[in-house]
Amino acid sequence: MTLPPFQRFLDDHAADVHRFLVSAAGRDDADDCFQETFLAALRAWPDLRTDDNLRGWVFTIAARKAADAHRARGRRPVPSDAVPVREAAPTELGDDELWDRVRELPPKQRTAVVLRYVVDLTHADIADALGSSEEAARRNVHEGLKKLKGALA
Amino acid sequence: MTSTALLDTFAERAEAEGLLDVAYAWTDSPIGPLLLASTPVGLVRVGFGTTEDADVVLQDLADRVSPRVLEVPRRLDGVRRELDEYFDGARRDFDVALDWRLANAGFRRRALEAIARIPYGAVRTYREIAVEAGNERAVRAAGTACGSNPIPVVVPCHRVLRTGGGLGGYGGGLDKKVQLLSLEGVLIG
Repeated sequence: MTLPPFQRFLDDHAADVHRFLVSAAGRDDADDCFQETFLAALRAWPDLRTDDNLRGWVFTIAARKAADAHRARGRRPVPSDAVPVREAAPTELGDDELWDRVRELPPKQRTAVVLRYVVDLTHADIADALGSSEEAARRNVHEGLKKLKGALA
Repeated sequence: MTSTALLDTFAERAEAEGLLDVAYAWTDSPIGPLLLASTPVGLVRVGFGTTEDADVVLQDLADRVSPRVLEVPRRLDGVRRELDEYFDGARRDFDVALDWRLANAGFRRRALEAIARIPYGAVRTYREIAVEAGNERAVRAAGTACGSNPIPVVVPCHRVLRTGGGLGGYGGGLDKKVQLLSLEGVLIG
């Protein structure tokens, strides 16, 4: 088994992984998640036993880092005067609002939706990234979309 | 879009964590683009952009040194400066540390170390290198050692000629060997 030089792997996937993280983790956390993702990949690189589907593999790591960031953000205390007053649901969502909704989806649905529509992965690749069956990946995309449409309705 | 800053930060963090096993960079020179690679030990590879396939060189580094190979030009700044000075005629000896791990052990390695000691502007024959490496009959093997030199220019295999004055060969192309020998004043170009 010979592995390609890490630089080639980075060149192949850096842009897509960053795009995924902007959507899945938010603009503020995307850069940190990007570093964490590729450092984890570089750490593991020499011990990889297969170079099958490196794309699925790197998105598995990225999805995990996005979930970590999401959890960490959830735990951060919010100053009481900053708690937003609930407003009526907007009838039209701007881009940022849409992605806020995406980030509120359960982790697997969030990852599946972003990988499908932002990174344009196939259901098979999404399944690899989620560590699930292709059927489950399809279901996660579908359920995630349904929730988003509900939120937009 | 991944910004340069993002990738620079990544290279810095990889280095800080001890994960940068092979750094490489390109440099321009009068004999064409050169691919330079170094490990934490020192310069490990110089590749000729005009006669070698960069993908093959990088894959070879991944296979034989470590697959943690990253393009980090900053790490090769010292080597690039010395090469620039050499090609400008302002440097006769290289001071950069060398990592010999791509040179085979035994006779070939001793031959390359003998080549590394040939002074600027001087030449030796393959036979003289064979003698210095400890086997006067291994003239052909001395030629092979030159041909497999992983760090050409800096380890000056261009200073080794055929007995009788023939130029012999050169991995970067014979015209490059002529160019280097002319630069050093051995050949009157």
